[in-house]
Order: sequence, then C-alpha cells, then structure tokens
Amino acid sequence: MLNLSLKQLSDSLAAKQVSSVEMTRFFLDRIAKHNDELNAFITVDEEKTLAQAAAADARIAKGDVAPLTGIPVAHKDIFCARGWLTTCASKMLSNFIAPYDAHVISRFNDAGAVMLGKTNMDEFAMGSSNETSFYGPVKNPWDMTRVPGGSSGGSAAAVAARIAPVATATDTGGSIRQPAALTGLTGLKPTYGLVSRYGMIAFASSLDQGGVLSKSAEDAALVLNVMAGFDARDSTSIEHAPEDYTRDLRSTSADPAQPLAGLRVGVVKEHFGAGLSADVGGPVQAALEQFRKLGATLVDVSTPSAKLAVPAYYVIAPAEASSNLSRFDGARYGHRAADYRDLAEMYSKSRAEGFGSEVKRRILIGAYVLSHGYYDAYYVKAQKIRRLIANDFAAAFAQCDIVVGPTSPTVAFPLGAKASDPVQMYLNDIYTIPANLAGLPAMSIPCGFGEHGLPVGLHMVGNYFAEAQMLNIAHQYQLATDWHARAPEGV
Amino acid sequence: MVNPSWEIVIGLETHAQLSTVSKMFSGSSTAFGAAPNTQASAVDIALPGVLPVANRGAVERAIRFGLAVNGGSSDNINRRSVFARKNYFYPDLPKGYQISQLDLPIVKGGGVTILSPTRGEITVKLTRAHLEEDAGKSLHEDFQGMSGIDLNRAGTPLLEIVSEPDMRSAGEAVAYAKALHGLVTWIGICDGNMQEGSFRCDANVSVRRPGGPLGTRREIKNLNSFRFLQQAIEYEARWQIETIEDGGTVKQATVLFDPDTGETRSMRSKEDAHDYRYFPDPDLLPLVVSDAWIDEIKSTMPALPEMVRNKFIEFGLSRAQAEHHVSSIETAKFALSTFTETPPKEIPDLSNWISGILSAKLNADGLNFSQSKVSPEQLRFLSGKVADGTLSGNMAREVIDAVWVGEGEPDAIIEKRGLKQLSDSGEIEKIVDQVLAANAKSVEEFRAGKDKAFNALVGQVMKASKGKANPAQVNEILKRKLSQL
Amino acid sequence: MSLTLDEVHRIAVLARIEVSDEQALATQAQLNDIFALIGEMQAVDTAAVEPMSHARDLTMRLREDVVTEHDQRELFQSIAPRVDDGLYLVPKVIE
Repeated sequence: MLNLSLKQLSDSLAAKQVSSVEMTRFFLDRIAKHNDELNAFITVDEEKTLAQAAAADARIAKGDVAPLTGIPVAHKDIFCARGWLTTCASKMLSNFIAPYDAHVISRFNDAGAVMLGKTNMDEFAMGSSNETSFYGPVKNPWDMTRVPGGSSGGSAAAVAARIAPVATATDTGGSIRQPAALTGLTGLKPTYGLVSRYGMIAFASSLDQGGVLSKSAEDAALVLNVMAGFDARDSTSIEHAPEDYTRDLRSTSADPAQPLAGLRVGVVKEHFGAGLSADVGGPVQAALEQFRKLGATLVDVSTPSAKLAVPAYYVIAPAEASSNLSRFDGARYGHRAADYRDLAEMYSKSRAEGFGSEVKRRILIGAYVLSHGYYDAYYVKAQKIRRLIANDFAAAFAQCDIVVGPTSPTVAFPLGAKASDPVQMYLNDIYTIPANLAGLPAMSIPCGFGEHGLPVGLHMVGNYFAEAQMLNIAHQYQLATDWHARAPEGV
Repeated sequence: MVNPSWEIVIGLETHAQLSTVSKMFSGSSTAFGAAPNTQASAVDIALPGVLPVANRGAVERAIRFGLAVNGGSSDNINRRSVFARKNYFYPDLPKGYQISQLDLPIVKGGGVTILSPTRGEITVKLTRAHLEEDAGKSLHEDFQGMSGIDLNRAGTPLLEIVSEPDMRSAGEAVAYAKALHGLVTWIGICDGNMQEGSFRCDANVSVRRPGGPLGTRREIKNLNSFRFLQQAIEYEARWQIETIEDGGTVKQATVLFDPDTGETRSMRSKEDAHDYRYFPDPDLLPLVVSDAWIDEIKSTMPALPEMVRNKFIEFGLSRAQAEHHVSSIETAKFALSTFTETPPKEIPDLSNWISGILSAKLNADGLNFSQSKVSPEQLRFLSGKVADGTLSGNMAREVIDAVWVGEGEPDAIIEKRGLKQLSDSGEIEKIVDQVLAANAKSVEEFRAGKDKAFNALVGQVMKASKGKANPAQVNEILKRKLSQL
Repeated sequence: MSLTLDEVHRIAVLARIEVSDEQALATQAQLNDIFALIGEMQAVDTAAVEPMSHARDLTMRLREDVVTEHDQRELFQSIAPRVDDGLYLVPKVIE
C-alpha cells in the first residue's frame, strides 16, 4: 500500500481487497513507527480515526462510494476539525479543541475520507523550514538532518515518508510548493478563492489558499475535486462552476508521443540568474527540455517586478497577520498567562508566552508598517508592487500558457542553517511568492535531484482557474518521467 | 447661559443600530435581551478561522439613509465602498479589530434641516455615514473580582452618521439629534430605542471666540438620551470656557458624561495615544452597489419628513404644528389620515388635539400614534360636532378622554353624558342678563377699562350654563349687552 | 531607515506583546535587517499604480438578512480560560 496512488487505493477498497479500517491501520502503524523521528504529526487519535474508517467501510458496503471514500488523509493542523486539537503549531492554541469544522474538513468528511491526523507546520504557517513549530522541527525523510521546508513541512514529510497517502496543506507564500520541492512531492496551490478559507486559521487573508501535497498530479487532481468548491461563509470564495480536475488526465492526445503539442511554456529568465543554486538549475533546465520533447514550445517571458515580490510580501503578509492574530488574546480560548496584574498584562503576557519568536517578529513588522506615518510608505507601496507583479503575469500569459522555473533556489538545507537569519529564510520563497500576490494557481513537481541526492522541484504558474490544464501538464510529465515515483531510502 | 463672547462648536457622531434581524457579518440574531453570549456565534466570538460575510439588509438600510438625507438623489452614495479594519485591543472587541469603513464610506455628504432655537431653519451638513459592527459589552459588576464579557451585541450592524461641526448650542445639537432620530425611524432603518442603545451620540465640542479659529475639541462618548446630550454639552462647553479663561488649555480627549454628577471626565482606557492601524479588510472585497439596486430601494422609500411637513403647511398649519406632526412616521400617518378629506376649517382643531391632548396621553402611556386608542375617524367625528356647534371644544376633549379609557364610541358617550352645547341665543341672552344683574361690580370694572372683568363675566355665564353655552355666542352676546348698558 | 529601540517598544505595546529590554535589542537588529530588504521597494516609481488589496479584482457578495446561527454557548465556553454564568471573565476593565 506504500506507494499506491489514491486511485489504486480506492480501487482496492471498492474491490474489497482491503477495508478502510485495514488501510487506515496500516498507515497509523507507520505513523507510530516513524513519527517519533520525523515529527510530522502533532495529533494522532487512533480511536477517532478508526471510527471514521469503520464508517467509511459501512458506506462502501452500501455502495455509497465517492473517489476518496475510505482513504486516509492527513490534514495540516491549520484546519479546524470539530473535536480535534487544532493548534496551528502554536503554544497559543496548544489547548484548543476546535468546536467546528473547516469547510475543507467538511468536504472530506462528506466524501467519506478518513482523517489520519493533524500534521506539524511552522507556527501559524509562518516559516519556510518547519522550525518555528511549538511542537519542534519536522525532519526531511530524504535526510533526517535537513528541513522538509515549510510551512507545510509536516504534511510534506508525512507523504514523502509514505506514512500518509496524501495530505492537505496551505500556501501563503510558497508553503505548499517549497516543501513539495524539498521532499520530492507534487504540491498544488489553487487559484485564490477556489478553496474556502473558512475554518483555515488565517495567516495572511489575501494570500492564504488551501491545497494539497501528494505523490502525483493524478492524486492532486482527485483531492482538488473534493477540496474545491464555493462556500458562502467565505466572502472571497469564488462562485466557479465545479470542474472535474481529472478530466484532462484521462483524455488521449492526438499525438501520443507529443501530448503537450501546442503548449506554450513561458520560461522566466529572471529566475535563472544569481541566487539559483547550480544543482537546482540543472534539473530544472532538463525538465524544460523534457517539456519540449513532449511537444511544448518554450517561450522566454519576463516578470521584471518579481524581484520585489519578497519585500512586498514581507509588508503585506505581516500586516494582515498582525491584525488576524489579534484575536489570540487569552480572553475566550487559547493560552492565558498564569500571572497578570491587570488586563494589559493579561494581553501582553499571554501573547508573549503564547507566540514564538517568528510569529512575534511578523506581528511587530505588521504593526509597524500599518502604523501612523508609515502606512503609505510601506503598506500602500507594497500593494502597488503587488499590482505590478500581477500585471507582469497578465503580460506573460499573453505569450504563453504556463510560466515555469525553479520552485526553490536550493535543495533542502540543514536544520538550524537559516534559523537565526530571517532574511535568508525569507529569500527561500523568492520564486513562489509572486503567484500568491497575483492569486494565481501554481504547482511544484519533482524534476530530479541535486546535491546530496536531494529532490529538486519544478515550479509552474498557470492562469486563473487553469488547475485542470496544469495538472494535465504535470501528469503528462509524470507519465514520461519517474522523479515523482522516487521515495526516500528506508521507506 | 454661556458667556456670549464665546462660540460653541459642536459636531455629532451618531450610532444608529440598523434594524436587521441578523448581524452585520454573521447569521446571529440581533434580538435584544437574550442571556449572555447565547447570540454570539463562532464569527462573533472570533474563533480562529472564521470569516465575515456582509449583510445585504444592513447595506440596504445605509442606502435608504443616504437617499433620505440627500433629497432622494443618490449622488452621495458611493457606488464602491471599502470595509477596513480598525485595530485595537479591548475585551468587548473579540477580533482585536472592528470592521468599519474609513476612506470610502457608503454614504458621503447630505444634510439634515433643523429648526434652531436661536437661528431659525438651518441645515446641518453630513460628512459621511458608514457601516460598521458594534462591540460587545463589558459588565463591571464584580464577577470573582473580574469583569464579565457578553458578546451578544458584538457584530450588530451600526450606521455611524458623522455631522459637520455645524451646531452652535446644545439646543441645536438636541434639535439635530431629534431630527436624525425621527428620520432613521421614519425610513425604518433603526428602531430608535435609546434605552437599549439603538441610537446613541458622541458629541465633539470645542469653544472659540466668534469668528476665530476652531478650538481644540473633546469628544463626549455614548450619550444615550437627548437630556444627557443637552446637559453634557452645556457642562463641557462651560468647563472649556472656564478652563481657558482661567489661563489653562483644552487638550484633545475622549470623555464620559456622568449623569449622576452632570459632569464629564476623561476616559482612562482611551488615554494612551491610539494608532488604529486601519487597512482594507482582506476578508471583505469592495462593496459595489448598482444603480438598479439603488433605484429599487428608492421605489420603496416613504415620503420624507420634509415633504410631509410641507403638506401639513399646505393644510394651513403653522411650522411648529407641522414640525410636531412629522416627529415620527406614526404621528405623520395619523395626522395625514385625520386631515384627509376633512373640511379645512376643522383642521386647526384636529391638529391641536393631535399635538396636545393625544400626544400627552400617548406619552403618558408610552405609546406611539399607531397605537392610539382614539382613531382619526373618531377625531373627525368630533371635529364635525364642534364645527356644527353641537359640541364645545371642552366637550370634545371630554369625549376624547372617555374614548381613551374605553367608554365606547363618541356618539354613545355624547348621548350618555348629555353633552350638547347650548346654542339657542334666546337661552343664552337670558343667562347673560342674569349674570350681568348679579355681578354689578364686574360690570363696573369693565366700564372702567378693566378687560379682565370681561373674562370673569364670560366665566360666570359658562358656569351658569353648566359649561354648555357656546362660547363664541356668549362672547358676542355679552359684548353687545355691555355696549348697550 | 532604521527602527529605534523606542519604536520597537512602541509597536510591542501596540501589538500587546511583552518585550524585555534584552529582547527588544535583538528584535531591533532583526527588524532592521528585514526593513533593509523591504526598503528595496522604494526604488520603484509606483506613482501611477493603483494599490491592490485583494488577490483578484472582484467585488463583494452579500448574504441575505436571515438568522442562521443558534446558541452554542456551552460548546464555545467549554474551551474558554475563565467563564462565570455565561460571561467570559477578564481582569477588570477600566473605562
């Protein structure tokens, strides 16, 4: 069951070769065996999980089967799940039993999927290495001395180590795609507004988007079918007609040797300059060559403002975060300091104790850029840069269908290597942030290996609602290559 | 009164709670008086992960207001407005920010015309009106030595209506607040219940030498009655003038009015300089209202108080009477229904009954005109009886009293009580003759030029007729007889 | 530009996060590094650019004015640090 696709797992359930309880047990046992070292899960609740599996089996017995019915799915601990500890990897919420389900969780429940547990992450999704978690860092299954990327590091490590068949994640500046790249997975961040944010604990509301970390584009398409959908409780949710994201994967092209014939692939020249590690650049260039072989045409495109994406992001995201995280004040739920003299101290001590240093740093940045006298110079300026970046993409999409480049400038780096240097850490997301600023769908797919035999990711950005097309491009690439099928040793 | 060498400058910020059944950004009920926190949903208590969705009913009410203060024209409605977050920490503010509107409010401009006690008719210009959510309540009674927080009110939709500093006295501020109160209840966007906090004012008060530059203002928070508004502004203005005359300076501050002492005092919690870090709420997209929607709302608007007041003036009523009848939509509907198809000469009596005896009775019973126990039809019946001389004004009022307490229909009461005015001039002449004969002293005084004596004689005639003599006839006959003496 | 220690303390108060003098010093250095990065934005002329506050230029959807929520106080307060008689308790609020 280790390396089976979701389709294969589903087929084996439908054929009664295995029950959901057995399948779930299999992964729970793997978690029990490997999680101490990986630290990929914050919460595992075998009883609850197996009860869901038993319910799924009952559904299957009745013939009431959807594609994910009975399949165990790990969820990033940013999604509220009723009755489950939902921590966002923060001490602040280390006692928070969510009293309601996120829209995403409801969708999986309705589909009959089994909740395998809550995965570790950077605290409040703020980080690119999973080292800011209150529950400790997650290890990269390819090299236990290295980071899995972040913020969805737990989801990435769990799927990469095959202790979960698939996992949900969220992406604010690269938090799905960068861990996907660093752990050899397929990661999809959909168009902003496609997946409801209701019940997904907010980091930066105008950038956050839920998505998936999987072993293949095919798996991602199946999961997106469940996650995507309009939700009236999220004002930014888009009333987009439901799509079957697997539809293009099944279609056969006119020329089987050149399934990507007619596709115009935009290559961002700025992404291959200084800052890109050579061991990453090589596999990415090879992937471009592979696209050409599959029939695609390569087109040079330019996104001149993208170089300002990181500065603009580190204004916009902290500004929104500083406000979003004001609700954590120790009054109604979450951590409250034990000792305080008055209301002001209850707030400042609860928050000082409850938040880790990266979260505090970003709250302070956010408070500063919004404060009197700095708003125009920072916040408004960043919003204008954001517009320029979105315009860059619009211009690029006049010339090409997707934009490709590296996902991350380097392969997975050692634990602790960048932990004390925020700016170096922030620059990890230099290639992924622009898609969040523009609200565009984006993916990372494995495209080879760099130094130390560590995975390298290829980044793709599509136009709005181009998920089906992007998934098919990735799928065709994955039919022609086997990078995505490689698993870390010892798995 | 305040020293005339100073001018008081007042602007009001009024919070009108919109009469929606659900909250501004959640589906919780807005009903008043529920047990604490039973109307506080996941969104209202700001659980992690929840999101706001704006209420169409609240937006519609804001648009109604915009149309009402702009003579029905919609050029003061921003077709695109933006919700922003106002960030500050307070226990009754669960998210740590209030969703409000800053740069682009839904309504900009407009005005409210009032009758100033000293300056006649003036228009108080409006700067803006914007949508926002209310906070919860901090209860300061002792709960284990702590404060208790009830979030039932958190998220209730408010329209904050900001006036220009166009008022120059507490009297004008009260006249404006009353006119605004009348208007928001008139157009049905607010229940106007001030005890429950549905309509409350913050007053920005400063003083200056007439014609001089504006002084520093202090803001008096949360005035929830017209009387407190009056008292607070009067106290505050006096305090500022005295402070300056004593050589001090007024510092910008937020103050509270204490109804017990009649004084204002600085709020300690608002002392630290606030930096609200407003920014557009990323959870809420820009609010765009279409011309079609505005037109649809326009078509459901009632005639506005100004138009109805003019109609009353066309009925021949004084400005003051007309003003009374438009003090609420219930009053106006009642008055209109009473005056319609009524002979013009009866209207003054009817108008006086409405603003006098009926208003007093309704006030005493805490009712409005839609709940009047005397109907327009009954009033018209009575005015007809006065007009044809059957009843005197006093008799009609007696019937109104009796109808009010449930004695039955006016005709039955008239019958039962034997109320009939004496209009037979022969009868009245007889009584007048008797009175003149019996009151030689008053007659003497009248002839000596004392007008008062005439009134005394009228009184005697009325008394002798047991109140039934037609007063107009009594006057006329008495005058004639006296001149013949 | 760079932040002074006073500014670090001021924003910490605004954000209600207790910061010791020692932490403030460390934070000051880190924030200044970050603001050096952020400062790169200032090199671009954006005078004619419309700010973009949402990922897409869409407009607001409104909900109908109907009550859809019911009382869940007991559930919500089961995770509250301190409650009494249905109220959330916090240190005395002084107005």
